[in-house]
Amino acid sequence: MSRTGRVRLFLCAAAVIAVAYTLACTGLPHFGSAVHPYGARAVAATLKQRTANTISSINFDQRAFDTLGEESILLGSVLGATALLRRTDDERLSRRRVARVLPSTRLFGTLLLPVALLTGIYIVAHGQLSPGGGFQGGVILATALHLAYVAADYRALDRIRPRELLDSVDAVAAGAFTCLGLAGLIASAAYLKNVLPLGTFNTLSSGGMVPVINAAVGIEVASGVIVLLAYFLDQSITTSPGEADGTDPSDASGTSGTSDTSGTSDASGTSDASDPRKAT
Amino acid sequence: MNSVATLTEILVMLALLLVAVVGTIAVLTRDPARQAVVLAVLGLALALLFTVLQAPDVALSQLGVGTAVTPLLIMLTVRRIRRGRPEPDEGESAEDGADR
Repeated sequence: MSRTGRVRLFLCAAAVIAVAYTLACTGLPHFGSAVHPYGARAVAATLKQRTANTISSINFDQRAFDTLGEESILLGSVLGATALLRRTDDERLSRRRVARVLPSTRLFGTLLLPVALLTGIYIVAHGQLSPGGGFQGGVILATALHLAYVAADYRALDRIRPRELLDSVDAVAAGAFTCLGLAGLIASAAYLKNVLPLGTFNTLSSGGMVPVINAAVGIEVASGVIVLLAYFLDQSITTSPGEADGTDPSDASGTSGTSDTSGTSDASGTSDASDPRKAT
Repeated sequence: MNSVATLTEILVMLALLLVAVVGTIAVLTRDPARQAVVLAVLGLALALLFTVLQAPDVALSQLGVGTAVTPLLIMLTVRRIRRGRPEPDEGESAEDGADR
């Protein structure tokens, strides 16, 4: 198609969308108004389900199936990044020097790491009561762990990060969400139906399935983001493309003999990748 | 609309203006490494806007993903790509964490 043809096609489509969008927007409730038709219905349903945080009730109870799709997107993107960023035959692990860190930075990180981890756990656990939830808390947990990298160096982060475990925890937590939905199918007629006892309003155990799914999502997001960042960090810090110097004997034998297994299987690939680094 | 703007409306306007300004700067910045830092600031501005609009849930997500994780991923990618070039770019580890 020629350039003018493409521009004309775009202008036609843009005009249609502009007219339709303007017409659709005239039917919307006003911005920032106190009463909103969806808000009123959602809050009423939330109170019936005895969940204090309406957003969590919508995410994990009223429209839990949407959230299942979103979590699957995260799992899928972590899987895709893992497959793309795994170490190939022509990449070598390079030796990491011990990094020099300012004492104030080290103190800051050491003090803040447990506080940030606790904040993450708090936000996951109180998802049904206060703003936050599995996703937000999970991201905080994942970033909190990387304070070890800021405060010390990559080897310190590697020591406190059980990578092989997190690889599988990510998948298990994502599967747990799917399986929790089956409970609704067994006890009642609908997938992801809130079948657990609802408890007392505004307590930690209220909301039925909401805190359970929240915890599963929190674990999945935290491990997913840590695994994702781990592969990115590996690529930019410990892996050097095509440089033959500074490799361990074990790594050299690994690339010559067992390169096929480390390339095809993820679990063995990560264990291969982590062993020489621990040795350095 | 009332003729007198309430304090909340003024705050929303200011936050929207901040987001527009930082967003424009992010678009006009050409160097990806600098852009990642501006993106972190934009995430902060958006988190502020969501808080003013009474959406703390979204603000928390924005703070975690938009301000910390996404710029870090961009910085790591930029560093990896630049290292593949002839000139050696030996940045220290603290450089990567500086945007958080």
